[in-house]
Amino acid sequence: MIYLDNAATTRTKPPCVARAVTEAMSDFGNSGRGTHDDALTAARVIYQTREQVAALVGCPRPDHVCFTANSTEALNIAIAGLFGPGDHVISTDLEHNSVLRPLYRLRAQGGEVGFLPADSRGRIDLDDLEKVIRPNTRGVICTHASNVTGDAVDITRVSAFAHAHGLILVVDASQSAGLLPLDMVKQHIDVVCFTGHKGLYGPQGTGGLCIREGLEIRPWKVGGSGVHSYLETQPPEYPTRLEAGTLNGHGLAGLSAALDWLEQTGVEAVREHDLALARQFYEQVRLLPGVTVYGDWDGTPRVPVVSLNLSNWDSGEVSDDLAERFGIATRPGAHCAPRMHRALGTEAQGTVRFSWAWFNTKAETGAAARAVAELARER
Amino acid sequence: MEEKKLIVTFGTTAGAMAMEKACREEGVPGRLIPVPRSITAGCGMCWMAPPEARPAVEELMIRRRLQTEGLYELLLRR
Repeated sequence: MIYLDNAATTRTKPPCVARAVTEAMSDFGNSGRGTHDDALTAARVIYQTREQVAALVGCPRPDHVCFTANSTEALNIAIAGLFGPGDHVISTDLEHNSVLRPLYRLRAQGGEVGFLPADSRGRIDLDDLEKVIRPNTRGVICTHASNVTGDAVDITRVSAFAHAHGLILVVDASQSAGLLPLDMVKQHIDVVCFTGHKGLYGPQGTGGLCIREGLEIRPWKVGGSGVHSYLETQPPEYPTRLEAGTLNGHGLAGLSAALDWLEQTGVEAVREHDLALARQFYEQVRLLPGVTVYGDWDGTPRVPVVSLNLSNWDSGEVSDDLAERFGIATRPGAHCAPRMHRALGTEAQGTVRFSWAWFNTKAETGAAARAVAELARER
Repeated sequence: MEEKKLIVTFGTTAGAMAMEKACREEGVPGRLIPVPRSITAGCGMCWMAPPEARPAVEELMIRRRLQTEGLYELLLRR
């Protein structure tokens, strides 16, 4: 199988990741639940992972890196823990349901949400931020890169707007972490939500949120903490504040190994490699008859994603043909981003999404482009 | 036999981990133990060091912005 569904999850991980998970599964006690060697072994690796994530996104406090199961959980915690009834929040049409559904729930609870509209190519205009702000606006929640088109958002511009108006900025780095640089201090970002199993090459079930010092997020999950057992409320200090219950220590050991690998390989090298393949594919398919490629390919920073359709063919059928006849793994359908599909006019059809990672090759990419060409000829 | 010990407590396990890492890197003595009952009835871990290490521990806490809760000198059975 030629695996080009890395925006869903990077299937091929560096070998050190599985090794680290396997070792952790025989070595780890429960971090923070005692001071014997096995508990401390787990706690040390988890703390080291906090330091690695903090370094990656420019979070000055490793103890403000709180781990969750994935981006969705991190975004739920951030949105529910920062905003409430009466608050207005700005977001964009590019967002994934992991942002949209918590925002719609906030709206049902008496909050308000304004969206920056995307055009028919899936582009937003950041000048619109000034049009959607209201007196009760408290925050901006914005993806760093669209999971449908791969187009990146200029977070520095968004943060300049948020900073100028005293708004909390939450960035969804699900598609960008490990590919595009972020610096929470330089870019005045309050919260970065990330997942471990995509561009960070860690195991599924790892993710988290990095929080600016001084920002108070209400916990929605309370329980075992390993500290202050007689307190009736969740201890207020990060990361314990948001981490009730046993952490996924085994997964985080894998994430730590993955982050070591990523540091040695270099985020920039990975980005250049992946984008070169995405660009190669784009150039090979964009002029084929009946092929529509979505997104902005005129020089906008992006992540290695190409979304396309063949004529009016159901994206699920195309993806299934690619898998069954050509052995190429892609993702069809709506990609959990309903507002974006509405903007692109692909609500019914969905799109076929190809996405690259470090372990993909030029030969695989060429084979995928030839498969699309063959399908295009048949239509 | 009871011995006087320096005890540093933390609000979170992450705080204790940062302390252990800083002490190991800078050769400050001590190790993590369960918090003695006389300080708090909760679970959790604390840094135990010989009392003569107090200046080095305090200097490290300030310089590396370690997040600690309390500093005690206790007689512990060791």
